[in-house]
Amino acid sequence: MIFRIILGVWLTVVICLGLLLPIVPRPEFWYQFPIIPGLEEKARILFFHVPTAWLSVIAFISSMIYGIKYLRKRKLDDDIKSASAAGLGFMFCILATVTGAIWAKFSWGTYWNWDPRQTSIFVLLLIYGAYFALRSAVDIEEKRATLAAVYSIIAAVTMPFFMFIMPRILASLHPEPILNVQGKVQMNTTMLLVFLSSVAGFTGLYLWMWNLQVRIQQIELHSTRLQ
Amino acid sequence: MQPTEAIGSRWLRSTTSIFLKDWHSELRTRYAISALVMFVVTTISVMLFAIGSEGAPPEVLAAMLWVVIFFGAMSGLSRTFVSEEERGTTMTLQLLAPPSAVLFGKLLFNLVLIIALNAFTVLLYSLFITGFVIKTLSIFSLTILLGSIGLAASSTIIAGIIAKANTKGTLYPVLSFPILLPLLLTVINATRLAAEGAFFEEAFGEFQILVSYIVVVVTVSYLVFDYIWKD
Repeated sequence: MIFRIILGVWLTVVICLGLLLPIVPRPEFWYQFPIIPGLEEKARILFFHVPTAWLSVIAFISSMIYGIKYLRKRKLDDDIKSASAAGLGFMFCILATVTGAIWAKFSWGTYWNWDPRQTSIFVLLLIYGAYFALRSAVDIEEKRATLAAVYSIIAAVTMPFFMFIMPRILASLHPEPILNVQGKVQMNTTMLLVFLSSVAGFTGLYLWMWNLQVRIQQIELHSTRLQ
Repeated sequence: MQPTEAIGSRWLRSTTSIFLKDWHSELRTRYAISALVMFVVTTISVMLFAIGSEGAPPEVLAAMLWVVIFFGAMSGLSRTFVSEEERGTTMTLQLLAPPSAVLFGKLLFNLVLIIALNAFTVLLYSLFITGFVIKTLSIFSLTILLGSIGLAASSTIIAGIIAKANTKGTLYPVLSFPILLPLLLTVINATRLAAEGAFFEEAFGEFQILVSYIVVVVTVSYLVFDYIWKD
């Protein structure tokens, strides 16, 4: 209960700060954000788009880890955790794709141009889609858990290849205000603080939703077994 | 205690006998071969009707070649494991051979099948699609070879997964596409380089990616196959 209230207050404050604090050319006061070249006012998407993209990857990895755990221990609880993480990851992946596409419309003039980042998130969406298609095609719980876990492992090991392939095909236009080639953070302390609080807040939201999902599905599993 | 050499040669014998079993049953029914050949013929004729007399740039034709190969592979390669499930022979195989021997036997069979399919596709493609010209033959032949191995590697393990699912046919391309996309993008890029007449050294990066892809997929298949094979 107390965790939910803290999370609600935390995210409200972060969203308000992210949307309301002024962006000025030369920040003089603590509450001002600097202008990032090429982003300007559109930089505010950073507080929402980046956490969702981050969570769609984190959820995929945690789904795979619990999949491996299921293969080792054969406990259906681990499969429930794995499937719930994948479900949330799918949702965050859609959110990241949509917010990114809206941002691209205003920055690049088009919703979709197969930028390397867009291609990678599209493949992640496809993997999530295939994962759920596979799950729905198997009736027996143990078999479904095993096949889904194996599929997520195979998908996870082929994903890193895109990091090597995509730059060879097309140069990315995606802005990199945090991790860039020059290794320079283009945000000031306030902006970085709001950004990191946003990532932490959204991660907390993800953990809370994950916990809820797992508990709901555990109850469903037990009630079907009692019948 | 058995000496390791004996175990190794026994493993090799079960692998080759599984390959030969599939080979003979394929020659008897010609199910996969005829399906693949007809698929390639129909796809290329549809392409010819679509292009008509206008012709298409060589880069587009290079990419289209892999579209034909990808969907051709998707139509025939799942047979290896699905047929075992349909005929109810999975249990016998589980008793007779170690899982890794089954995997590599099937992989070998799929590899032979897809190399034959690719040779046939390339032959038809260069005979009938006039705009398709390869300037650097060394890049092209190595790309076809490595692409075939990669396709066989991923499609074999995915076939093992979907053989256990209820909707076997429709699910196969859905599951394979995200796994195969890194491979497809790389081979399309390499084929385009070959069509443009690039030097062999320029495609070296592509080959590095292809070889590491094959190594990673085969290793992971070997590691996880036990779990999907044993119910």
